[in-house]
Amino acid sequence: MIDISLGHYLTLGAVIFSIGVIGIFLNRKNIIVILMSIELILLAVNINLVSFSIYLGDIAGQVFTLFILTVAAAEAAIGLAIIVVYYRNAGTIRVEEIDSLKG
Amino acid sequence: MIAHAIFFYVFSIIAVISAIMVTVSKNTVHSVFFLILDFISISCLFIMIGAEFLGMIMLIVYVGAVAVLFLFVVMMLNVAQQKNQWFVSKQSSSHIPIGLIISTIIFFELIIVVGGWKYKPELINATNSKISSEISNTHSLGQILYTDYIHVFQISGMILLVAMIGAIVLTFRQREGVKKQSYLKQISRERSEGIEVLEVPSKTGVKIDD
Repeated sequence: MIDISLGHYLTLGAVIFSIGVIGIFLNRKNIIVILMSIELILLAVNINLVSFSIYLGDIAGQVFTLFILTVAAAEAAIGLAIIVVYYRNAGTIRVEEIDSLKG
Repeated sequence: MIAHAIFFYVFSIIAVISAIMVTVSKNTVHSVFFLILDFISISCLFIMIGAEFLGMIMLIVYVGAVAVLFLFVVMMLNVAQQKNQWFVSKQSSSHIPIGLIISTIIFFELIIVVGGWKYKPELINATNSKISSEISNTHSLGQILYTDYIHVFQISGMILLVAMIGAIVLTFRQREGVKKQSYLKQISRERSEGIEVLEVPSKTGVKIDD
């Protein structure tokens, strides 16, 4: 309990990952919160990579965390641009009103 | 050691609570603020565990760029005022139980992996790029990033470029009725088409068209 091991960090990553997945399903407001949940999932992956990198003494995990950060930033920019275009065309970004694909 | 434990629990509890608040808060602006709090506490954890370069980069990239981008879009799209409640319609709330089941299964799978993972000592010998204790974290990260991973680094730069071009192309629109300068037209004007010498007949004048 007092001795913080790798398992503590991995458990924290698992908890935040699950909260992100719940947030995708639970969300009834708008798509922006779904994008934020995806950011939470990527954050959990980053926690796992960094804690493995520190506890195993291998710096390659931190390098890949940097690349995940890059991809997350690009994904947020593109996703928000798509949302802006969709709002301009359809006038709403509420989740239950976006049903053009009948999903 | 006890300070490590105390700081770990404080930061991780703040991170988990703010992650929950991101998903359940009714106002989207509050969600963005809790996302910022989440990123800050996780980057504090990174700095505490010894990955200080990544902690600082996360502060800069996530809090400084991504969260502010989210905030801009939330306020621009005027969705902050619609305080929507959950479980609006019947057919949309049918997704919720299966979502909860799936995320619980994912959580327990991850916990099983964590619990069943034996901390094998030979894995530490299998690493190919060890963290050396003489040089700082930033120094060692730069040494490996610009040598072993240079191609991946350049590809990530290309990803950012493509994302930038894509965002501009998606949100760009040509407005009707806006007068604009055309630089090509301006610099390719010749003297012969710019002026015209007319013989003006007396008492009629010249018709000027723009």
